[in-house]
Amino acid sequence: MATTAQPRSNSAPVAIRWQPVLIYIVCIVLAILFLFPIVWTGINSVKPPAEASASPPTFLPSRIEFENYAKLNNYGKGVWTYVSNSLVTALITVVGSVVLSTLAGYGFARFNFPMKNVSFLLILATLMIPFQSILIPLFLILTQLRLQNTLFGLSLVYITFQLPFGVFIMRNSFASVPREIEEAALLDGCSALSMLYRVMFALVRPGIITVGIYAFLNSWNEFLAALIFMTKEANFTLPILLTSVRSGYYGAIDWGALQAGLMVSIIPCVLIFLLLQRYYVGGLTGGALKG
Amino acid sequence: MPEQLKGSLDVGIASFRRNTAARSAAQTTPVGRRYTGLFFALPAIIFTTIFFILPLLMTAFMSLHQWPLLGQSRFIGLENYVNMTRDSQFWNSLWFTTRYTLLVTPAIFILAFVLALLVNLPLRLIGTFRTIYFLPAVIGLGTSSLLWVWLLNDRVGPINGLLNQLGLMERPVIWLADTNAVMPAIIVSIVWKTAGFTMILLLAGMQAIPTELYEVAKVDGANYWQRMRFIMLPLMRRTFALALVLSVIGSYLAFDQFYIMTAGGPQNQTISVVYWIYKNSFTNFNLGYGAALSIILLLILVILSAVQLYILRDDTTY
Repeated sequence: MATTAQPRSNSAPVAIRWQPVLIYIVCIVLAILFLFPIVWTGINSVKPPAEASASPPTFLPSRIEFENYAKLNNYGKGVWTYVSNSLVTALITVVGSVVLSTLAGYGFARFNFPMKNVSFLLILATLMIPFQSILIPLFLILTQLRLQNTLFGLSLVYITFQLPFGVFIMRNSFASVPREIEEAALLDGCSALSMLYRVMFALVRPGIITVGIYAFLNSWNEFLAALIFMTKEANFTLPILLTSVRSGYYGAIDWGALQAGLMVSIIPCVLIFLLLQRYYVGGLTGGALKG
Repeated sequence: MPEQLKGSLDVGIASFRRNTAARSAAQTTPVGRRYTGLFFALPAIIFTTIFFILPLLMTAFMSLHQWPLLGQSRFIGLENYVNMTRDSQFWNSLWFTTRYTLLVTPAIFILAFVLALLVNLPLRLIGTFRTIYFLPAVIGLGTSSLLWVWLLNDRVGPINGLLNQLGLMERPVIWLADTNAVMPAIIVSIVWKTAGFTMILLLAGMQAIPTELYEVAKVDGANYWQRMRFIMLPLMRRTFALALVLSVIGSYLAFDQFYIMTAGGPQNQTISVVYWIYKNSFTNFNLGYGAALSIILLLILVILSAVQLYILRDDTTY
């Protein structure tokens, strides 16, 4: 039987009696279903505007042009304002989440201090509370701190939402570094902070990348908090602007422009995922299954 | 690629073991460094306190007040909670969100389980398929909702276009404005967006089962379906529990798709609980009532996850 010739792998109930051809056909059909929405939007975004909103819809463009992307500049303060708003927010979130998670992960993994377990649980327990249920007071707190309607204030909230995952990942990363390395560095007269900076940083880099990817994607994609905290058009993030385009806030829906905007929002996520897939999936399974 | 996934799991498990060892080593930290760890953890603790614990306590506090956005707040005891019992839209939202959760969760699970079985097969290029199925999970829910607004549009959307071409439709369906079509349409869009995520969770659970178990069963003459039924499914209870909790919580907190795709319509039928909280707080500026609704939502979710984790608890070791 063909089954005995199968490579010994970790595949589930091991033997497959169905023809691989049949399986490939199923896989390909599913792949088409999963890909067509993104691919079709991508194709539409480079059609001439009239074709992008043709009824009935067409698939292949008669010619390729970038008029739809140019038209994105007609909305509000122009698309680049919102792309840079999203980008600035995401970068502050990435830096903040990585720094805070790394420091805390190191502290929790390597030191004993009063209230250690309580504070670790405190940070992790926020995972069980949906952030949607604390947005109302957060809005008031940000207003008090004069941070409402600022990208910085939004980033602070995003950083906090990233902390349970980030601290958990980083604590595990540090805990898996052999203690001998630190002891050697200590003998050489390293202080705790410079050890973290000089020795440990390189060793926990995979964890840092994982935390960074999640911080970026969650910040770039977040919708509800941005909708509530950002009430001035100039401070909208990209998803909020796109919703205004769709809702006819700027007049009738321009489908071509909407599709171009969607691609601007989708492409960074896809690129980051494809380039750093290993860290992304590792974070998902490692963080979730043992969390 | 599955090897890689398994590898990351193994590393995780190993780190967990070492972690336990590290904990006992940490007991010997010199007294002089008693507060060093606290110094490192402090920024994270401060952030969590100011932007999570404080607002959480404030939600409870505000829920006992008449709290307008501007002007003086007034203590009213449990009045907000009493008003909730007479708020028919709240009950509609609660029922709608429950119905949505009950429909979308099995849909996601069945597809995700089939996908996980497929991408777990030892075939060439299977890693590519896994990446493709996962792709929608990395784009934002807001973005994917907007994408589906276009896909489902009756005039310019490809879905109606294709159904028309295939002769499956007599007249265009206005998916998002049709009382009967709106729920299936949104469910399809959400399944597309999230099935890949659940697939990865289930896949990790499948790959954590030792291959030897299957081989022993095979020697004993168990076929593929028997091995799935009697080995894989029971040993995946924990994974199912986790994926189920994540999926149910995610569905119960649904907002983006309804705000963007239907704006709560048609006829206020698709106003989810979070949407109703949003409307009360940031359209009607009745923050106290929004806070009371938030507390109820929070309680529902805590109870739901506790019940699910209890039902699917797992004492198996292998």
